[in-house]
Amino acid sequence: MNRKWKVSNIYLIVVFFILYAPIFYLIYYSFNSGGKMHHFENFTLDWYKEVLQDVRLLIIVLNTIVIALLSAAISTIIGVFGALAIYSVKTRRVKNTLLSLNNVLLVSPDVIIGASFLILFTIVGIQLGFISVLLSHIAFSVPIVVLMVLPKLQEMSPTLIDAARDLGASQWNVITKVVIPYITPGIFAGFFMALTYSLDDFAVTFFVTGNGFSTLSVEIYSMARQGISLTINALSTLIFLLTILLVIGYYFITLRYNRPGRLGGRK
Amino acid sequence: MKSNIRALYFLPYVLWILLFVVVPILLIIYYSFFNIEGTFSVENYEKFFTPVYLKMALSSFWYAFLITAFSLLIAYPTALLLTKTKHKQLWLLLIILPMWINLLLKAYAFLGIFGTYGIANHFLELMGVGAKQILFTDFSFVFVSVYIFVPFMILPIFNALEKLNPTLVDAAKDLGASPWITFRRVIFPLTLDGVKSGCQAVFIPALSLFMITRLIAGNRVITLGTAIEQHFLVTQNWGMGATIAVFLILAMVIIMFLTGNRK
Repeated sequence: MNRKWKVSNIYLIVVFFILYAPIFYLIYYSFNSGGKMHHFENFTLDWYKEVLQDVRLLIIVLNTIVIALLSAAISTIIGVFGALAIYSVKTRRVKNTLLSLNNVLLVSPDVIIGASFLILFTIVGIQLGFISVLLSHIAFSVPIVVLMVLPKLQEMSPTLIDAARDLGASQWNVITKVVIPYITPGIFAGFFMALTYSLDDFAVTFFVTGNGFSTLSVEIYSMARQGISLTINALSTLIFLLTILLVIGYYFITLRYNRPGRLGGRK
Repeated sequence: MKSNIRALYFLPYVLWILLFVVVPILLIIYYSFFNIEGTFSVENYEKFFTPVYLKMALSSFWYAFLITAFSLLIAYPTALLLTKTKHKQLWLLLIILPMWINLLLKAYAFLGIFGTYGIANHFLELMGVGAKQILFTDFSFVFVSVYIFVPFMILPIFNALEKLNPTLVDAAKDLGASPWITFRRVIFPLTLDGVKSGCQAVFIPALSLFMITRLIAGNRVITLGTAIEQHFLVTQNWGMGATIAVFLILAMVIIMFLTGNRK
Protein backbone atom coordinates (compact mmCIF):
# COMPACT_ATOMS: atom_id res chain seq x y z
CA MET A 1 0.00 0.00 0.00
CA ASN A 2 2.81 2.34 0.93
CA ARG A 3 4.66 1.78 -2.32
CA LYS A 4 1.52 2.34 -4.32
CA TRP A 5 1.02 5.65 -2.57
CA LYS A 6 4.54 6.62 -3.54
CA VAL A 7 4.13 5.78 -7.23
CA SER A 8 0.90 7.73 -7.50
CA ASN A 9 2.41 10.70 -5.71
CA ILE A 10 5.43 10.69 -7.98
CA TYR A 11 3.12 10.69 -10.98
CA LEU A 12 1.21 13.70 -9.68
CA ILE A 13 4.40 15.53 -8.82
CA VAL A 14 5.78 14.93 -12.31
CA VAL A 15 2.56 16.21 -13.90
CA PHE A 16 2.60 19.32 -11.72
CA PHE A 17 6.28 19.85 -12.42
CA ILE A 18 5.75 19.72 -16.19
CA LEU A 19 2.70 21.95 -15.88
CA TYR A 20 4.58 24.67 -14.02
CA ALA A 21 8.17 24.28 -15.19
CA PRO A 22 7.77 26.25 -18.45
CA ILE A 23 6.15 29.14 -16.62
CA PHE A 24 8.93 29.35 -14.06
CA TYR A 25 11.52 28.86 -16.78
CA LEU A 26 10.10 31.93 -18.45
CA ILE A 27 10.13 33.93 -15.23
CA TYR A 28 13.65 32.81 -14.29
CA TYR A 29 15.17 34.05 -17.52
CA SER A 30 13.39 37.39 -17.30
CA PHE A 31 16.14 38.28 -14.81
CA ASN A 32 18.97 37.19 -17.12
CA SER A 33 21.33 39.92 -18.25
CA GLY A 34 22.54 37.65 -21.06
CA GLY A 35 19.59 38.44 -23.31
CA LYS A 36 18.86 34.79 -24.20
CA MET A 37 16.60 32.12 -22.77
CA HIS A 38 19.63 29.97 -21.94
CA HIS A 39 22.88 30.57 -20.13
CA PHE A 40 21.99 32.66 -17.13
CA GLU A 41 24.63 35.36 -16.71
CA ASN A 42 23.78 37.94 -14.10
CA PHE A 43 20.71 39.09 -12.27
CA THR A 44 19.18 42.17 -13.81
CA LEU A 45 15.94 44.10 -13.81
CA ASP A 46 16.73 45.77 -17.13
CA TRP A 47 14.01 43.93 -19.02
CA TYR A 48 11.38 45.12 -16.57
CA LYS A 49 12.66 48.66 -16.93
CA GLU A 50 12.43 48.29 -20.68
CA VAL A 51 8.83 47.08 -20.43
CA LEU A 52 7.85 49.92 -18.13
CA GLN A 53 9.53 52.54 -20.30
CA ASP A 54 8.05 51.34 -23.57
CA VAL A 55 5.24 53.84 -24.13
CA ARG A 56 3.82 51.94 -27.09
CA LEU A 57 3.61 48.77 -25.02
CA LEU A 58 1.94 50.61 -22.15
CA ILE A 59 -0.66 52.00 -24.53
CA ILE A 60 -1.32 48.47 -25.74
CA VAL A 61 -1.69 47.27 -22.14
CA LEU A 62 -4.11 50.10 -21.52
CA ASN A 63 -6.07 49.19 -24.67
CA THR A 64 -6.28 45.60 -23.51
CA ILE A 65 -7.58 46.57 -20.08
CA VAL A 66 -10.10 49.07 -21.46
CA ILE A 67 -11.40 46.49 -23.95
CA ALA A 68 -11.62 43.83 -21.23
CA LEU A 69 -13.49 46.02 -18.74
CA LEU A 70 -15.87 47.52 -21.30
CA SER A 71 -16.63 44.23 -23.04
CA ALA A 72 -17.10 42.43 -19.72
CA ALA A 73 -19.49 45.10 -18.46
CA ILE A 74 -21.57 45.25 -21.63
CA SER A 75 -21.65 41.49 -22.16
CA THR A 76 -22.68 41.02 -18.53
CA ILE A 77 -25.68 43.29 -19.11
CA ILE A 78 -26.68 41.52 -22.33
CA GLY A 79 -25.98 38.14 -20.75
CA VAL A 80 -28.18 38.85 -17.73
CA PHE A 81 -30.96 39.94 -20.07
CA GLY A 82 -30.38 36.76 -22.04
CA ALA A 83 -30.58 34.57 -18.95
CA LEU A 84 -33.80 36.33 -17.91
CA ALA A 85 -35.17 35.83 -21.41
CA ILE A 86 -34.34 32.12 -21.49
CA TYR A 87 -35.71 31.73 -17.96
CA SER A 88 -38.99 33.42 -18.83
CA VAL A 89 -39.65 31.25 -21.88
CA LYS A 90 -42.11 28.57 -20.93
CA THR A 91 -42.12 26.40 -24.06
CA ARG A 92 -39.48 23.73 -23.82
CA ARG A 93 -38.61 23.73 -27.51
CA VAL A 94 -38.05 27.47 -27.71
CA LYS A 95 -35.95 27.32 -24.56
CA ASN A 96 -33.73 24.58 -25.98
CA THR A 97 -33.35 26.40 -29.28
CA LEU A 98 -32.29 29.57 -27.48
CA LEU A 99 -29.82 27.60 -25.37
CA SER A 100 -28.29 25.86 -28.39
CA LEU A 101 -27.93 29.17 -30.22
CA ASN A 102 -26.37 30.58 -27.07
CA ASN A 103 -23.76 27.84 -26.97
CA VAL A 104 -22.73 28.06 -30.62
CA LEU A 105 -20.04 30.65 -29.93
CA LEU A 106 -18.77 28.74 -26.92
CA VAL A 107 -17.95 25.62 -28.90
CA SER A 108 -16.94 27.25 -32.17
CA PRO A 109 -13.22 27.32 -32.84
CA ASP A 110 -11.69 30.77 -32.51
CA VAL A 111 -10.64 30.90 -36.16
CA ILE A 112 -14.21 30.50 -37.32
CA ILE A 113 -15.47 33.18 -34.95
CA GLY A 114 -12.64 35.45 -36.07
CA ALA A 115 -13.10 34.82 -39.78
CA SER A 116 -16.87 35.20 -39.71
CA PHE A 117 -16.68 38.42 -37.68
CA LEU A 118 -14.10 39.74 -40.12
CA ILE A 119 -16.55 39.16 -42.97
CA LEU A 120 -19.38 40.69 -40.92
CA PHE A 121 -17.48 43.87 -40.04
CA THR A 122 -16.22 44.30 -43.59
CA ILE A 123 -19.74 43.95 -45.02
CA VAL A 124 -21.35 46.26 -42.48
CA GLY A 125 -18.55 48.74 -43.00
CA ILE A 126 -17.15 48.92 -39.49
CA GLN A 127 -13.54 49.92 -39.61
CA LEU A 128 -11.20 47.38 -38.08
CA GLY A 129 -9.78 48.69 -34.85
CA PHE A 130 -11.02 49.49 -31.37
CA ILE A 131 -14.73 49.19 -32.20
CA SER A 132 -14.47 45.89 -34.08
CA VAL A 133 -12.34 44.33 -31.34
CA LEU A 134 -14.70 45.58 -28.63
CA LEU A 135 -17.78 44.29 -30.49
CA SER A 136 -16.30 40.85 -31.01
CA HIS A 137 -15.17 40.58 -27.40
CA ILE A 138 -18.69 41.47 -26.27
CA ALA A 139 -20.09 38.94 -28.72
CA PHE A 140 -18.06 35.96 -27.56
CA SER A 141 -18.41 36.80 -23.85
CA VAL A 142 -22.21 36.97 -23.79
CA PRO A 143 -22.85 33.17 -23.81
CA ILE A 144 -20.58 32.45 -20.85
CA VAL A 145 -22.37 35.13 -18.79
CA VAL A 146 -25.70 33.52 -19.66
CA LEU A 147 -24.39 30.14 -18.56
CA MET A 148 -23.14 31.55 -15.26
CA VAL A 149 -26.37 33.41 -14.46
CA LEU A 150 -28.97 30.89 -15.65
CA PRO A 151 -28.35 28.22 -12.95
CA LYS A 152 -28.80 30.87 -10.26
CA LEU A 153 -32.16 31.83 -11.77
CA GLN A 154 -33.19 28.20 -11.96
CA GLU A 155 -32.35 27.50 -8.35
CA MET A 156 -34.32 30.53 -7.21
CA SER A 157 -37.64 29.48 -5.74
CA PRO A 158 -40.55 30.84 -7.85
CA THR A 159 -42.46 31.48 -4.62
CA LEU A 160 -40.12 34.42 -4.01
CA ILE A 161 -41.47 36.14 -7.09
CA ASP A 162 -45.06 35.23 -6.22
CA ALA A 163 -44.60 36.62 -2.72
CA ALA A 164 -43.19 39.87 -4.07
CA ARG A 165 -46.09 40.20 -6.51
CA ASP A 166 -48.62 39.46 -3.74
CA LEU A 167 -47.07 42.18 -1.66
CA GLY A 168 -47.71 44.58 -4.49
CA ALA A 169 -44.31 44.84 -6.16
CA SER A 170 -44.38 46.06 -9.71
CA GLN A 171 -42.78 44.03 -12.48
CA TRP A 172 -39.78 46.34 -12.42
CA ASN A 173 -39.46 46.05 -8.64
CA VAL A 174 -39.60 42.28 -8.79
CA ILE A 175 -36.59 42.27 -11.08
CA THR A 176 -34.51 44.93 -9.36
CA LYS A 177 -35.35 44.12 -5.75
CA VAL A 178 -35.81 40.34 -5.80
CA VAL A 179 -34.32 38.67 -8.86
CA ILE A 180 -31.15 40.72 -9.38
CA PRO A 181 -30.00 40.54 -5.73
CA TYR A 182 -30.58 36.81 -5.74
CA ILE A 183 -28.51 36.17 -8.86
CA THR A 184 -25.70 38.60 -7.93
CA PRO A 185 -23.10 35.83 -7.37
CA GLY A 186 -23.86 34.51 -10.85
CA ILE A 187 -23.53 38.00 -12.29
CA PHE A 188 -20.13 38.46 -10.60
CA ALA A 189 -18.93 35.08 -11.83
CA GLY A 190 -20.14 35.93 -15.33
CA PHE A 191 -18.41 39.30 -15.30
CA PHE A 192 -15.18 37.71 -14.14
CA MET A 193 -15.34 35.01 -16.80
CA ALA A 194 -16.03 37.62 -19.47
CA LEU A 195 -13.03 39.58 -18.22
CA THR A 196 -10.70 36.61 -18.47
CA TYR A 197 -12.11 35.59 -21.86
CA SER A 198 -11.34 39.03 -23.16
CA LEU A 199 -7.85 39.25 -21.61
CA ASP A 200 -7.02 35.78 -22.83
CA ASP A 201 -8.26 36.03 -26.37
CA PHE A 202 -5.79 35.97 -29.16
CA ALA A 203 -7.24 34.33 -32.25
CA VAL A 204 -10.45 36.33 -32.65
CA THR A 205 -8.68 39.63 -31.95
CA PHE A 206 -5.96 38.70 -34.42
CA PHE A 207 -8.58 38.49 -37.17
CA VAL A 208 -10.54 41.64 -36.44
CA THR A 209 -7.81 44.02 -35.33
CA GLY A 210 -6.68 46.45 -37.96
CA ASN A 211 -3.25 47.88 -38.51
CA GLY A 212 -3.29 50.65 -35.95
CA PHE A 213 -4.82 48.83 -33.02
CA SER A 214 -3.35 45.98 -31.03
CA THR A 215 -3.98 44.12 -27.81
CA LEU A 216 -1.40 42.47 -25.62
CA SER A 217 -1.92 38.95 -27.01
CA VAL A 218 -1.57 40.08 -30.58
CA GLU A 219 1.49 42.13 -29.69
CA ILE A 220 3.14 39.21 -27.89
CA TYR A 221 2.44 37.01 -30.91
CA SER A 222 4.11 39.39 -33.32
CA MET A 223 7.03 39.83 -30.92
CA ALA A 224 7.40 36.07 -30.44
CA ARG A 225 7.36 35.46 -34.19
CA GLN A 226 10.51 37.51 -34.42
CA GLY A 227 12.22 35.21 -31.94
CA ILE A 228 13.18 35.40 -28.33
CA SER A 229 13.37 38.72 -26.57
CA LEU A 230 13.57 38.87 -22.81
CA THR A 231 11.18 41.81 -22.69
CA ILE A 232 8.47 39.25 -23.48
CA ASN A 233 9.68 37.25 -20.47
CA ALA A 234 9.46 40.28 -18.22
CA LEU A 235 6.03 41.12 -19.60
CA SER A 236 4.90 37.51 -19.10
CA THR A 237 6.02 37.57 -15.48
CA LEU A 238 3.96 40.68 -14.86
CA ILE A 239 0.94 39.14 -16.60
CA PHE A 240 1.41 35.93 -14.64
CA LEU A 241 1.34 37.83 -11.34
CA LEU A 242 -1.75 39.74 -12.44
CA THR A 243 -3.46 36.49 -13.43
CA ILE A 244 -2.78 34.95 -10.02
CA LEU A 245 -4.14 38.05 -8.31
CA LEU A 246 -7.30 37.89 -10.44
CA VAL A 247 -7.84 34.20 -9.73
CA ILE A 248 -7.32 34.70 -5.99
CA GLY A 249 -9.73 37.62 -6.06
CA TYR A 250 -12.28 35.52 -7.89
CA TYR A 251 -12.01 32.72 -5.37
CA PHE A 252 -12.54 35.12 -2.50
CA ILE A 253 -15.62 36.54 -4.18
CA THR A 254 -17.14 33.09 -4.72
CA LEU A 255 -16.21 32.06 -1.17
CA ARG A 256 -17.91 35.11 0.23
CA TYR A 257 -21.09 34.56 -1.70
CA ASN A 258 -21.29 30.82 -1.29
CA ARG A 259 -21.25 31.00 2.49
CA PRO A 260 -24.42 29.41 3.78
CA GLY A 261 -26.95 31.71 5.37
CA ARG A 262 -26.12 34.45 2.95
CA LEU A 263 -28.14 34.39 -0.20
CA GLY A 264 -26.07 36.83 -2.13
CA GLY A 265 -28.27 39.80 -1.45
CA ARG A 266 -27.00 42.85 0.29
CA LYS A 267 -28.97 44.63 2.99
CA MET B 1 -45.73 39.24 -17.48
CA LYS B 2 -46.02 42.67 -18.90
CA SER B 3 -44.79 42.69 -22.43
CA ASN B 4 -42.77 45.92 -22.32
CA ILE B 5 -40.40 44.64 -19.64
CA ARG B 6 -40.07 41.33 -21.40
CA ALA B 7 -39.26 43.15 -24.62
CA LEU B 8 -36.57 45.10 -22.80
CA TYR B 9 -34.57 42.02 -22.02
CA PHE B 10 -35.50 39.98 -25.04
CA LEU B 11 -34.50 42.63 -27.53
CA PRO B 12 -30.73 42.95 -26.88
CA TYR B 13 -30.27 39.23 -26.47
CA VAL B 14 -32.16 38.22 -29.58
CA LEU B 15 -30.35 40.96 -31.47
CA TRP B 16 -27.06 39.51 -30.27
CA ILE B 17 -28.07 36.01 -31.41
CA LEU B 18 -29.07 37.25 -34.85
CA LEU B 19 -26.09 39.51 -35.43
CA PHE B 20 -23.28 37.47 -33.96
CA VAL B 21 -24.45 33.88 -34.15
CA VAL B 22 -26.83 33.40 -37.06
CA VAL B 23 -25.58 36.01 -39.53
CA PRO B 24 -21.84 35.09 -39.26
CA ILE B 25 -22.54 31.43 -40.00
CA LEU B 26 -24.69 32.36 -42.99
CA LEU B 27 -21.97 34.74 -44.19
CA ILE B 28 -19.35 31.99 -44.02
CA ILE B 29 -21.55 29.70 -46.10
CA TYR B 30 -22.35 32.52 -48.52
CA TYR B 31 -18.71 33.45 -49.02
CA SER B 32 -17.67 29.85 -49.61
CA PHE B 33 -19.43 30.06 -52.98
CA PHE B 34 -17.24 32.84 -54.31
CA ASN B 35 -13.94 32.10 -55.98
CA ILE B 36 -10.95 34.42 -55.78
CA GLU B 37 -12.21 36.56 -58.68
CA GLY B 38 -15.48 37.11 -56.87
CA THR B 39 -17.75 35.13 -59.16
CA PHE B 40 -20.36 32.76 -57.83
CA SER B 41 -19.25 29.14 -58.25
CA VAL B 42 -18.60 25.86 -56.52
CA GLU B 43 -14.95 26.06 -57.53
CA ASN B 44 -13.78 26.22 -53.90
CA TYR B 45 -15.55 23.00 -53.06
CA GLU B 46 -14.02 21.30 -56.09
CA LYS B 47 -10.64 22.56 -54.94
CA PHE B 48 -11.20 21.23 -51.46
CA PHE B 49 -11.58 17.72 -52.84
CA THR B 50 -8.23 17.81 -54.62
CA PRO B 51 -5.41 15.79 -52.99
CA VAL B 52 -3.64 18.91 -51.68
CA TYR B 53 -6.50 20.00 -49.45
CA LEU B 54 -7.68 16.51 -48.57
CA LYS B 55 -4.20 15.60 -47.40
CA MET B 56 -4.06 18.74 -45.31
CA ALA B 57 -7.46 17.99 -43.77
CA LEU B 58 -6.45 14.40 -43.04
CA SER B 59 -3.17 15.36 -41.43
CA SER B 60 -4.97 17.98 -39.38
CA PHE B 61 -7.35 15.30 -38.13
CA TRP B 62 -4.45 12.97 -37.43
CA TYR B 63 -2.64 15.57 -35.32
CA ALA B 64 -5.83 16.47 -33.47
CA PHE B 65 -6.38 12.78 -32.79
CA LEU B 66 -2.82 12.35 -31.47
CA ILE B 67 -3.12 15.41 -29.26
CA THR B 68 -6.47 14.23 -27.86
CA ALA B 69 -5.20 10.69 -27.26
CA PHE B 70 -2.06 11.80 -25.42
CA SER B 71 -4.01 14.36 -23.39
CA LEU B 72 -6.44 11.64 -22.33
CA LEU B 73 -3.61 9.24 -21.45
CA ILE B 74 -2.02 11.82 -19.18
CA ALA B 75 -5.20 13.42 -17.86
CA TYR B 76 -7.15 10.36 -16.77
CA PRO B 77 -4.61 9.01 -14.24
CA THR B 78 -3.99 12.55 -13.02
CA ALA B 79 -7.69 13.14 -12.39
CA LEU B 80 -8.06 9.75 -10.76
CA LEU B 81 -5.12 10.36 -8.43
CA LEU B 82 -6.31 13.88 -7.70
CA THR B 83 -9.62 12.61 -6.36
CA LYS B 84 -7.66 10.49 -3.88
CA THR B 85 -5.51 13.29 -2.48
CA LYS B 86 -6.28 14.96 0.79
CA HIS B 87 -6.60 18.59 -0.25
CA LYS B 88 -8.49 17.91 -3.46
CA GLN B 89 -9.76 21.43 -4.06
CA LEU B 90 -6.34 22.98 -3.59
CA TRP B 91 -4.72 20.58 -6.06
CA LEU B 92 -7.53 21.17 -8.51
CA LEU B 93 -7.00 24.91 -8.20
CA LEU B 94 -3.32 24.36 -8.99
CA ILE B 95 -4.30 22.39 -12.10
CA ILE B 96 -6.72 25.10 -13.21
CA LEU B 97 -4.33 28.00 -12.62
CA PRO B 98 -2.21 27.36 -15.75
CA MET B 99 -5.45 27.39 -17.76
CA TRP B 100 -5.79 31.09 -16.99
CA ILE B 101 -2.35 31.89 -18.28
CA ASN B 102 -2.31 33.19 -21.78
CA LEU B 103 -1.76 30.45 -24.35
CA LEU B 104 0.82 32.51 -26.18
CA LEU B 105 3.03 32.86 -23.15
CA LYS B 106 3.03 29.10 -22.64
CA ALA B 107 3.88 28.52 -26.30
CA TYR B 108 6.57 31.19 -26.08
CA ALA B 109 8.18 29.50 -23.08
CA PHE B 110 8.76 26.44 -25.23
CA LEU B 111 10.61 28.51 -27.80
CA GLY B 112 13.27 28.85 -25.13
CA ILE B 113 13.05 25.35 -23.69
CA PHE B 114 13.18 23.54 -27.03
CA GLY B 115 15.60 25.98 -28.64
CA THR B 116 19.02 24.92 -29.90
CA TYR B 117 20.69 25.87 -26.61
CA GLY B 118 17.58 25.38 -24.50
CA ILE B 119 17.26 23.25 -21.40
CA ALA B 120 15.82 20.28 -23.31
CA ASN B 121 18.92 19.99 -25.48
CA HIS B 122 21.12 20.59 -22.48
CA PHE B 123 19.43 17.64 -20.84
CA LEU B 124 19.86 15.46 -23.94
CA GLU B 125 23.55 16.28 -24.00
CA LEU B 126 23.92 15.33 -20.37
CA MET B 127 22.21 12.04 -21.13
CA GLY B 128 24.74 11.47 -23.88
CA VAL B 129 22.24 11.63 -26.71
CA GLY B 130 23.54 14.91 -28.04
CA ALA B 131 21.74 18.04 -29.14
CA LYS B 132 18.90 17.62 -31.56
CA GLN B 133 16.61 19.86 -33.54
CA ILE B 134 13.52 19.85 -31.34
CA LEU B 135 11.81 23.07 -32.25
CA PHE B 136 9.94 23.08 -35.56
CA THR B 137 9.27 19.34 -35.52
CA ASP B 138 6.08 17.31 -35.26
CA PHE B 139 7.15 16.20 -31.80
CA SER B 140 7.38 19.73 -30.42
CA PHE B 141 4.02 20.60 -31.94
CA VAL B 142 2.24 17.64 -30.35
CA PHE B 143 4.08 18.09 -27.03
CA VAL B 144 3.23 21.77 -26.67
CA SER B 145 -0.38 21.21 -27.72
CA VAL B 146 -0.80 18.40 -25.21
CA TYR B 147 0.80 20.60 -22.57
CA ILE B 148 -1.71 23.34 -23.28
CA PHE B 149 -4.78 21.08 -23.48
CA VAL B 150 -4.19 18.67 -20.60
CA PRO B 151 -5.93 20.84 -17.96
CA PHE B 152 -9.00 21.06 -20.20
CA MET B 153 -9.11 17.26 -20.22
CA ILE B 154 -8.44 16.84 -16.49
CA LEU B 155 -11.28 19.10 -15.39
CA PRO B 156 -14.32 17.27 -16.86
CA ILE B 157 -12.85 13.86 -15.94
CA PHE B 158 -12.23 15.05 -12.39
CA ASN B 159 -15.82 16.28 -12.16
CA ALA B 160 -17.16 12.98 -13.46
CA LEU B 161 -15.04 11.05 -10.96
CA GLU B 162 -16.31 13.24 -8.15
CA LYS B 163 -19.89 12.46 -9.11
CA LEU B 164 -19.19 8.73 -9.13
CA ASN B 165 -20.85 7.04 -6.20
CA PRO B 166 -18.01 5.51 -4.11
CA THR B 167 -20.21 2.69 -2.87
CA LEU B 168 -20.22 1.26 -6.40
CA VAL B 169 -16.43 0.91 -6.25
CA ASP B 170 -16.68 -0.66 -2.81
CA ALA B 171 -19.34 -3.07 -4.07
CA ALA B 172 -17.11 -4.12 -6.96
CA LYS B 173 -14.24 -4.74 -4.55
CA ASP B 174 -16.48 -6.71 -2.18
CA LEU B 175 -17.59 -8.88 -5.04
CA GLY B 176 -13.96 -9.75 -5.67
CA ALA B 177 -13.04 -7.55 -8.61
CA SER B 178 -9.36 -6.73 -8.98
CA PRO B 179 -8.43 -3.03 -9.12
CA TRP B 180 -8.00 -3.26 -12.88
CA ILE B 181 -11.38 -4.95 -13.40
CA THR B 182 -13.00 -2.36 -11.12
CA PHE B 183 -11.50 0.38 -13.20
CA ARG B 184 -12.39 -1.15 -16.56
CA ARG B 185 -15.90 -2.31 -15.71
CA VAL B 186 -17.06 0.24 -13.16
CA ILE B 187 -15.05 3.43 -12.90
CA PHE B 188 -14.27 4.05 -16.57
CA PRO B 189 -17.77 3.35 -17.99
CA LEU B 190 -19.34 5.56 -15.35
CA THR B 191 -17.01 8.47 -16.10
CA LEU B 192 -17.32 8.14 -19.87
CA ASP B 193 -19.35 11.34 -20.05
CA GLY B 194 -16.44 13.28 -18.57
CA VAL B 195 -14.03 11.66 -21.01
CA LYS B 196 -16.33 12.58 -23.87
CA SER B 197 -16.63 16.22 -22.93
CA GLY B 198 -12.88 16.35 -22.34
CA CYS B 199 -12.23 14.95 -25.82
CA GLN B 200 -14.64 17.47 -27.26
CA ALA B 201 -12.88 20.30 -25.43
CA VAL B 202 -9.52 19.21 -26.85
CA PHE B 203 -10.24 17.85 -30.31
CA ILE B 204 -12.09 20.83 -31.78
CA PRO B 205 -9.51 23.46 -30.72
CA ALA B 206 -6.71 21.10 -31.78
CA LEU B 207 -8.16 21.08 -35.31
CA SER B 208 -8.19 24.82 -35.47
CA LEU B 209 -5.06 25.98 -33.67
CA PHE B 210 -2.96 28.27 -35.71
CA MET B 211 -0.53 30.16 -33.58
CA ILE B 212 1.13 27.07 -32.16
CA THR B 213 1.69 25.71 -35.64
CA ARG B 214 3.28 29.00 -36.57
CA LEU B 215 5.40 29.50 -33.46
CA ILE B 216 6.36 25.96 -32.50
CA ALA B 217 6.00 23.89 -35.65
CA GLY B 218 7.41 26.59 -37.89
CA ASN B 219 4.77 26.11 -40.60
CA ARG B 220 5.66 22.43 -40.93
CA VAL B 221 2.26 21.42 -39.64
CA ILE B 222 -0.77 22.89 -41.35
CA THR B 223 -4.04 22.44 -39.54
CA LEU B 224 -7.46 23.46 -40.81
CA GLY B 225 -7.13 26.54 -38.60
CA THR B 226 -3.79 27.53 -40.11
CA ALA B 227 -5.24 27.15 -43.59
CA ILE B 228 -8.21 29.36 -42.75
CA GLU B 229 -5.97 32.01 -41.23
CA GLN B 230 -3.66 31.85 -44.23
CA HIS B 231 -6.52 32.33 -46.69
CA PHE B 232 -8.18 35.14 -44.78
CA LEU B 233 -5.22 37.17 -43.66
CA VAL B 234 -2.35 36.35 -46.02
CA THR B 235 -3.56 35.34 -49.47
CA GLN B 236 -6.86 37.23 -49.07
CA ASN B 237 -8.74 34.35 -50.70
CA TRP B 238 -11.76 34.63 -48.42
CA GLY B 239 -13.86 32.24 -50.51
CA MET B 240 -11.45 29.34 -50.04
CA GLY B 241 -10.97 30.20 -46.38
CA ALA B 242 -14.74 30.19 -45.90
CA THR B 243 -14.99 26.81 -47.65
CA ILE B 244 -12.46 25.28 -45.26
CA ALA B 245 -14.36 26.92 -42.42
CA VAL B 246 -17.56 25.23 -43.62
CA PHE B 247 -15.83 21.87 -43.42
CA LEU B 248 -14.42 22.72 -40.00
CA ILE B 249 -17.95 23.57 -38.82
CA LEU B 250 -19.19 20.27 -40.25
CA ALA B 251 -16.42 18.39 -38.45
CA MET B 252 -17.33 20.21 -35.25
CA VAL B 253 -21.02 19.29 -35.55
CA ILE B 254 -20.13 15.64 -36.17
CA ILE B 255 -17.78 15.55 -33.17
CA MET B 256 -20.35 17.19 -30.94
CA PHE B 257 -22.91 14.67 -32.12
CA LEU B 258 -20.55 11.77 -31.39
CA THR B 259 -19.52 13.05 -27.97
CA GLY B 260 -22.90 14.49 -27.02
CA ASN B 261 -24.31 13.40 -23.70
CA ARG B 262 -27.87 13.18 -24.91
CA LYS B 263 -29.61 9.95 -24.17
